[in-house]
Amino acid sequence: MNLGTRKLLDRAFTALGLGSIAVMAMMLLVVLVPIVSKGFSAIVFKSTVEHRKMVFNEFHRGNRSALEKEIAASDAARRNVYDMLSRFESELMLMNEDKQQEYTEKYDQVKSALRGLLGPLPGDSEPALTRLTYGQNRWEKAEEKLQELLYEKKWDYSNPDVVAKEYFVSRSAGFEGTSLARLFPYVEKNIDRMLLPEWTFYWGFITDSSVDSHIFGGIWPEIQGTLFLAIGAMLFAFPLGVIAAIYFTEYAREGFFNSLLRSANSTLAGVPSIVFGLFGLAFFINTLKVSESKSVLAGSLTLAIMILPTIIRAAEEAILAVPKTYREASLGLGSTKWNTIVTVILPAALPGILTGGVISLGRAAGETAPIIFTAAVSVGSAIGLADVFTSPTPALSWNIYNLASEHEAAAEIRHVQYGMVLSLISIVLLLNLSAVILRARISKKLKG
Amino acid sequence: MQSSPEVVETSQNASKSVREIYLPPERKKVSGGGVPHVSAKNFSVYYGEFEAVKKVNADILSKYVTAIIGPSGCGKSTFLRAINRMNDLIPNSHTTGSLMFDGEDVHGKFTDEVLLRKKIGMVFQKPNPFPKSIFDNIAYGPRLHGIKDKKTLEGIVEKSLRKAALWDEVCDRLDKNALGMSGGQQQRLCFARTLAVEPEILLLDEPTSALDPKATAKIEDLIQELRGSYTIMIVTHNMQQASRVSDFTMFFYEGVLVEHAPTAQLFTKPKDSMTEDYITGRFS
Repeated sequence: MNLGTRKLLDRAFTALGLGSIAVMAMMLLVVLVPIVSKGFSAIVFKSTVEHRKMVFNEFHRGNRSALEKEIAASDAARRNVYDMLSRFESELMLMNEDKQQEYTEKYDQVKSALRGLLGPLPGDSEPALTRLTYGQNRWEKAEEKLQELLYEKKWDYSNPDVVAKEYFVSRSAGFEGTSLARLFPYVEKNIDRMLLPEWTFYWGFITDSSVDSHIFGGIWPEIQGTLFLAIGAMLFAFPLGVIAAIYFTEYAREGFFNSLLRSANSTLAGVPSIVFGLFGLAFFINTLKVSESKSVLAGSLTLAIMILPTIIRAAEEAILAVPKTYREASLGLGSTKWNTIVTVILPAALPGILTGGVISLGRAAGETAPIIFTAAVSVGSAIGLADVFTSPTPALSWNIYNLASEHEAAAEIRHVQYGMVLSLISIVLLLNLSAVILRARISKKLKG
Repeated sequence: MQSSPEVVETSQNASKSVREIYLPPERKKVSGGGVPHVSAKNFSVYYGEFEAVKKVNADILSKYVTAIIGPSGCGKSTFLRAINRMNDLIPNSHTTGSLMFDGEDVHGKFTDEVLLRKKIGMVFQKPNPFPKSIFDNIAYGPRLHGIKDKKTLEGIVEKSLRKAALWDEVCDRLDKNALGMSGGQQQRLCFARTLAVEPEILLLDEPTSALDPKATAKIEDLIQELRGSYTIMIVTHNMQQASRVSDFTMFFYEGVLVEHAPTAQLFTKPKDSMTEDYITGRFS
């Protein structure tokens, strides 16, 4: 091949490489940008007075007198709305039956839209669900609810050949001529006086428990559950894995049995995680009965089995990478095999072993399938350290799935879901980052 | 066939006479030495089927420096490593015949190889300090053997470093990582580390082959210093080095100990034509 072609090929390959890296970076951006921006919106957002009420009532945080002032101000703005409602109600009484029927239905829609926006109306009985005792917590949601109040969504079925189209009809037009017609422009104009939006940094999203299955509050039980499960898995898997790796590298004699063990280990690494989940249920809970039903212990054990092969492999590689000369030097000084392992080989292999361990920890934190049947519940409070043997726990990975697929108000609380995703990614990234730093520091210490 | 030098073949008296004849005057003064410290009888080392060292008969005299020379792959390192059983690390290796150290069979079934290696220290081809501080490197051996007292350890470290002629260079940075030293310093540290466990024999496996001439000269000086206090065996590729530092020389060829004689004799009047060809550089 002549020089020109070679150079051309080199350039072409460089371009190809850069191109693929660019594609990768783009994909990463496409994934990360919404997660980060929407995830942060769970913590930093424009909150309404309803949010501050909720935080004060449920978590006892906030300045009581300032809050009372705010509530008084918003009540003053709302009073007109409620007055209009009662005026319309008395008007409704005086109407003839046909008209009464026609308006009652529409009026009920207005009332429920108002409840969604401002919380229970005067005269309502105490709602059973916490989510109904407060109006909109978040300003952007309040704006959506305002649209629902102002416009009625209708479906156009006129053309049977196409899918029905939605269109919006102003509600105020429906109340033309009644006293309620004034309500709509009033609410539209005074919505911020009624809800008092304000930029908030809601750190409670990380540290609070959830209220009424994630409608309000934070995700601390999930974060804590994730940490418990991952650390618990490490407590079992790390020592076992390192011991197994030492056996494989230092003690095992090459032979049929040993290669069988190695291939068993590799196979275990390739087993899908849902299989581990079912195995955990069948073995740890139903057979060994480590707990009555789901528990952190059972989940940790299941995760430990799952990450064990990775830890063994990483530790094995790290031990094999220790120069033979260290071993010779130590043995040559009259050290026993065990002493050599403990004082020379393991310290030198430590960076690699720890890296493998922390990466496994991240994996254990992120896995969903193994904990579905063994440890995770969708809603629950944070459990104490003493309860890990008996109690199940909410966990980020499982609750992300749950919020996406099973939660009855999933669409209302997308921000919570994004917040959970961001938290999970942050935890895993932090763990991996700490692995990198730890590795660098220990390697530096070893290199002098 | 007994291929060890006639001088050591029979008794102390015979070796004495040879010392007087062949050793330069400054090398004669070795007190309490000259008895067989390691003796091989029909000693062979196998790697699987391959016989790497073939039926060697030799006596290594105590407190003298014995050099082992020979072309690559001649079994000289294997023989050296058999003495403190470093060959155990190689799977499938085994030995036949006997190799006695202080009247004990080195490869005996009940020989404690850990105790043996404590008495027979080794310095390797490539400097191999542990990735620890200089102090910890040298204290490693004594700590293994149960010395915990800080004062005692400090004493041992200083003594060993002084013996290895390294104390003046590193006394102010004992807590620094040993891997930060130069190659020559690292190798002298390995000497000091080995000396710290107070061995009786020092096995040196091409200790200067990874070093520059200056560092090599220092190591050779060090070997001169240690001569008379330890039985030293040094494997080397460098014939000048063998003639400079050793009292006796063994020449190996293809696993066979061809000639074993006082160095001055071996390099001036080799008995075997093969030895002559090798030392005159006809093959290497």
